[in-house]
Amino acid sequence: MTQYEPLRLYVPEPTGRPGRHTDFSYLHLSPAGEVRRPPVDTQPADTNDLAYELVRVLDDTGRAVGPWAAATDPQLLRRGLRAMMKTRIFDARMLIAQRQKKMSFYMQCLGEEAIAVAHALALDSGDMCFPTYRQQGLLLAREDVDMVEMICQLLSNERDPMKGRQLPVMYSYKRAGFFSISGNLATQFIQAVGWAMAAAIKGDTRIASAWIGDGATAEADFHTALTFAHVYRAPVILNVVNNQWAISTFQAIAGGEGTTFAARGVGCGIASLRVDGNDFLAVHAATRWAAERARRNLGPTLIEWVTYRAGPHSTSDDPSKYRPADDWAHFPLGDPIARLKTHLIAIGAWSEQEHEAAQKELEAQVAAAQKQAESYGTLTDGHMRSAAEMFEDVYKDMPEHLRRQRQQLGV
Amino acid sequence: MTPKTTPMTMIQALRSAMDVMLARDPNVVVYGQDVGFFGGVFRCTEGLQAKYGKSRVFDAPISEGGIVGTAVGMGAYGLRPVVEIQFADYFYPASDQIVSEAARLRYRSAGDFTAPITIRMPCGGGIYGGQTHSQSPEALFTHVCGLRTVMPSNPYDAKGLLIAAIECDDPVIFLEPKRLYNGPFDGHHDKPVVPWSKHPLGEVPEGHYTVPLESASVFRPGSELTVITYGTMVFVSEAAAIETGIDAEIIDLRSIWPLDLDTLVNSVKKTGRCVVVHEATRTSGFGAELTALVQEHCFYHLEAPIERVAGWDTPYPHAQEWAYFPGPARVGAAFKRAMEK
Ligand SMILES: Cc1ncc(C[n+]2csc(CCOP(=O)(O)OP(=O)(O)O)c2C)c(N)n1
Ligand SMILES: [Mg+2]
Repeated sequence: MTQYEPLRLYVPEPTGRPGRHTDFSYLHLSPAGEVRRPPVDTQPADTNDLAYELVRVLDDTGRAVGPWAAATDPQLLRRGLRAMMKTRIFDARMLIAQRQKKMSFYMQCLGEEAIAVAHALALDSGDMCFPTYRQQGLLLAREDVDMVEMICQLLSNERDPMKGRQLPVMYSYKRAGFFSISGNLATQFIQAVGWAMAAAIKGDTRIASAWIGDGATAEADFHTALTFAHVYRAPVILNVVNNQWAISTFQAIAGGEGTTFAARGVGCGIASLRVDGNDFLAVHAATRWAAERARRNLGPTLIEWVTYRAGPHSTSDDPSKYRPADDWAHFPLGDPIARLKTHLIAIGAWSEQEHEAAQKELEAQVAAAQKQAESYGTLTDGHMRSAAEMFEDVYKDMPEHLRRQRQQLGV
Repeated sequence: MTPKTTPMTMIQALRSAMDVMLARDPNVVVYGQDVGFFGGVFRCTEGLQAKYGKSRVFDAPISEGGIVGTAVGMGAYGLRPVVEIQFADYFYPASDQIVSEAARLRYRSAGDFTAPITIRMPCGGGIYGGQTHSQSPEALFTHVCGLRTVMPSNPYDAKGLLIAAIECDDPVIFLEPKRLYNGPFDGHHDKPVVPWSKHPLGEVPEGHYTVPLESASVFRPGSELTVITYGTMVFVSEAAAIETGIDAEIIDLRSIWPLDLDTLVNSVKKTGRCVVVHEATRTSGFGAELTALVQEHCFYHLEAPIERVAGWDTPYPHAQEWAYFPGPARVGAAFKRAMEK
């Protein structure tokens, strides 16, 4: 007789499911302003506590508090607010266009706008992001990326800069520091480390920023990236966007239960922070801190951004099948746009009237861009890149066999 | 006594196969990304977790290497894991576990350990999925010794083959043409899809049965020309036969490798003409192997060069999907070329 009970397989479960509320206490939130801000040359091992706490600047009344509350220029905050609003409006309109079958597919970043937008505004020009499909805010925060062109990509029309080859949202903007998005998860995370190593090899001053979701951290590429970043002290920011869900699987299935994704970094010898991703000021301050470390040859920083995927995974998904329909309303870190708006009004740098006016103006801007983009065609009206272009860019110069195949197609 | 049948989509047929095997064999476990509570992004495992519990049907982290690696370990213990890779386009992180481990475990341990695992993955295009939701990587698997590669074209075969795959002691790569999940798509993308409920192969027995591995089916008998194909291209070839009026005999391989050589050799010997059709890219595609086999075994019976119809040698495009997809027009043109000579 054995003294042991039979072994059991443990499979994590979220507390909330359709019809049953989520108990968000698993998030372990720190009060705003409570978490210390070490000097940028801190030792990675000394960030252990920061990987379990939560860096927050905005408190519930919209005040900026604590050591991470930098004296941020209200001008920049207004810019950030507008960019977040623009991103949300953009997403909402594109979702409608997808429902109207003008595009085949769409992915929104509802509820996560602060992360990409504040991050973009905290980086320097020349830095290179290796994003996932949910960082459209990196592009929409910039003045030099034309929304019309982005929408042409989404519509797969004759002005699609990806020549019709990529699913909607799989943008590529080298000139705007935005690496080509792959449909394969996690592959870009290690590539960002390589880009950063290259900058170090060449004695550059530019840094890289790697992006991954909570779910995709399970891929080997994520762990490999941490090892390489640590070994070579690569000038890279390793962003983990923990929006609690990976399609239908809760973040515990990715290994978030009883620990944090930030803790992965410390375990690999990388300075790590866990940050309120719905707090524009915290995102901006933490990004600046990590960028400063990278630029001073102090090596990589891993940042886990805690947020919530408020919408469906994509236009092919129906989250009401696997999580409570009103989950986002109970998510304790709120709505990033509402929180920054409250802060700006509290410091006298914004008003309800300005907000309303900005909303109208941005809606008109996005609508005008969409109208113009649609004048170049949509997926369904036949105005798309020619079939002949399908054979280009497989190689630099088209080999004989592709020429023959193109001829066979008769285009 | 004829078994009771029910109209099923391919999704329901696959689910039924897993249901039957979970009930019959306590060593069967089913897991993969989103397959547990939700039931899979294509719904193939819907309801199975509720029925068999979380230690038999469960969600996996997003790590294809981890999914296949753990399956190999469970197989070594004595389980029969049935794992899902969400899209065939995402199996690459599992390549080492499939190629170096699962495929060779029996050989390297002289039969001491085996990998009786089934790796399901939706494949093929036609859903505007772009380059990462459309690939047909079967030739990458057939090139690996020790793997069995299977691709059903209809609900009846899907269920029978999946049960055979789960019962098989070798690792089986089970490719599911996702464009056929809901109906026999024939390449006419601008016409409404016929549902499986309107097709005889959508009538599926409710209980246990198998479609043996290494057995092809003569999907459509004919006398003028032999078409060797599998998956979505079976129906595209059928449409091409109807539209060209050429009396083509369509062989649905079902098991791509190892395959049923006799059925295809007998057919080519009878018709004297052969067209090989697949959706995957042409160069070094499985069509090259099929062409070589027909040449080796039927050379003196051939009256015309073997024709190959395949996807172009480019990544799967998004907007130009229908210019890429080898539809009935391209297949029919190859039929005509094969008949002219
Ligand atoms: C290698 C690979 N496996 C699976 C998928 C399918 N897939 C696409 S997105 C996704 C969930 C990703 O979740 P997460 O990383 O948390 O990012 P989020 O969508 O939440 O932003 C999955 C499983 C894929 N694209 N690539
Ligand atoms: Mg996620």
